[in-house]
Amino acid sequence: MTPQLQEIEVKPKQPWKPTQKEINTSIGIFVLNVLLTLAVIQFTGFSGKLAFVVLFILFSLSTNFLFSLSKGGSVVAKNSLATGFAFTGIALLIMPVISILGTVFAKGTEAMYIGFFTSDMSQDSFASDLDVGGIKHAVLGSLIMVTIALLLSVPIGILTALYLTELKGRGSTLIRFLVQAMSGIPSIVAGLFIYSALITGSGRGFSAFMGALALTILMIPTVARTSEEVLKLIPSDLREAGLALGATQWRTVAMVVIPAAKSGLITAAILGVARIAGETAPLLFTTGGADALNINPVDGNIGSVPFYVWKALIDGSPNAIARAWAGIFLLMIIVLSLFIAARKIGSPKKVRS
Amino acid sequence: MRPIPEARVLTNKPRFSDRIFRGIVTLGGFTSLVILGLISLFLLYRGFSVLRSEGFSFITDYEWVSSINSDGTEGEVASTYGVGAMLAGTIVTAIIALLIGGPVAVLAALYLAFYAPIRTRKFLVSVVDLMAAFPSILFGLWGLNVLMDQGIYVAELLNRYLGWIPIFQVPVPVFLRSPFIAGLVLAIMIIPIVTSVAREIFAQTPLDRIQAAYALGATRWAMIKAVAIPYGYSGVVGGAMLGLGRAMGETVAVFTVLNIVYRANFDILLGAGGNLASHIILKFGEASSEEIKALMAAGFVLFLLTLAVNLLADFIVARTGKRGK
Repeated sequence: MTPQLQEIEVKPKQPWKPTQKEINTSIGIFVLNVLLTLAVIQFTGFSGKLAFVVLFILFSLSTNFLFSLSKGGSVVAKNSLATGFAFTGIALLIMPVISILGTVFAKGTEAMYIGFFTSDMSQDSFASDLDVGGIKHAVLGSLIMVTIALLLSVPIGILTALYLTELKGRGSTLIRFLVQAMSGIPSIVAGLFIYSALITGSGRGFSAFMGALALTILMIPTVARTSEEVLKLIPSDLREAGLALGATQWRTVAMVVIPAAKSGLITAAILGVARIAGETAPLLFTTGGADALNINPVDGNIGSVPFYVWKALIDGSPNAIARAWAGIFLLMIIVLSLFIAARKIGSPKKVRS
Repeated sequence: MRPIPEARVLTNKPRFSDRIFRGIVTLGGFTSLVILGLISLFLLYRGFSVLRSEGFSFITDYEWVSSINSDGTEGEVASTYGVGAMLAGTIVTAIIALLIGGPVAVLAALYLAFYAPIRTRKFLVSVVDLMAAFPSILFGLWGLNVLMDQGIYVAELLNRYLGWIPIFQVPVPVFLRSPFIAGLVLAIMIIPIVTSVAREIFAQTPLDRIQAAYALGATRWAMIKAVAIPYGYSGVVGGAMLGLGRAMGETVAVFTVLNIVYRANFDILLGAGGNLASHIILKFGEASSEEIKALMAAGFVLFLLTLAVNLLADFIVARTGKRGK
């Protein structure tokens, strides 16, 4: 008599997953904390969003601490406290982002009307009604400056990255440090530098080109560092294959390395533009901030979106502040779409090998 | 019979095209050095006469008087330029920013490195990157219109309950646009950079040590305390210093939020103060040619200060990154 083989279904256990009971407990604690916070706000002098958030965090930390203390002793309690603090940290990081984006999207459209993108401010002051004036001059000015800065900084940034990854010259460590240090230069210093070197005492006035030079200084480090990260990820097999076929180093870099890294390098340029699109301080010293349209990149005051926001902010009247929000709204749309574009085109990790 | 071909010459001398290529790349590579050199050279050159006449008192003096008549002649009171008060303001606001933003950023980095599920982490890391790209004028506008009320509320609480601490005293109850609120805005501005540096350092924690800690029965906090923090400590300090450098050089946001008054204000809740960068912006518009020179000198001081802080920070971060691999 042979024993019958029986099919036994074994469900895989996942001991790291919380059990239903644990999930219920944590939901219970969460609800308890919300109720406690609401009760305190109801019956004491505290009020407002800030008080709610602070009280909720305090209650959550203490109830979780006490619960795990009763359940597992001081070691578990400390662990739960640390977890609570880590969650608090990320919550405090996220809250301003939500608040900022929320405010921008809520207030940004107030000053927008049909002609907002087709007229400039030459006939109107920032305090005048919201159905006149516009941002055309600023958008075009920004576009001109960003384009020039892009044309100047992308080659320099990529050459710097090539020096660090392909030549690995004697100065590599120094250059890497200096590029890092350059990314920390206050933007105002870049503006002051262009002003002191090229504008003051030279007879030349403000122009888009000067502004673009200041922006270039700020953009180079971003492009260089991102490109370096991208080029580092290109497998050295590719370079060696190129060299083994008899190509010179120059041909290898131009025909193999750069094409392989293309999408990453485009990302680097996009992130660089995102970095400078909203820079205000350097433009205050270099562009003059015109209210009328000016499309001559080398002569004359020129407006830009950050400068538009700045002028509106200085004006300070309610209509001007509404205009400032509209300008910021536009900037944020640009920055957000640049970021999304950078993700779509490919993060450095997705470079084909 | 075929002739024997001449022996191939083996050489490691680069071809002509390669020499040009290397020359151009090296030139490009050293641009950052050239730019940094030119910046210090020109700011020093334009500000030199003021720096020489004021001497060391340029950075210690609390007086900034520019007395030039409208026709360009020297006014009745002698001009004197000293950025001491604004230097103090720069350091005060940056330290407030670091004290508030630093802990938040480190905790957030710990969350991102050790607590967050992978997809959440990816999303939040891009949020942090995005936050770092917010224009500073946006922080200024938001700080002035949204954060100000909350900041004043907190400032009043601090003043009422901790008023016995000297820095929380105010001679007159004006809490609007104080260095404290400027520091709060700066804190939010430096959180992304400190978070991303700290997260990258924590992410490099050797996996074998983490697993060893877990295998010994450590809770997650015990692992962080015993492995991650000792490993990443100096890198996090470096990241915090990078944040400090950013906060010191911040211009537009401080100018917008803070009530710029030329005095060294250590009563951080009182609505007056400033920092070097905002002072330069404030004076630049109507400055005489002599005062412009003084502003260039001030810019030079700011440049040196932030460069020193940044270089030190990068050095610390780079040293941590190499260790333990």
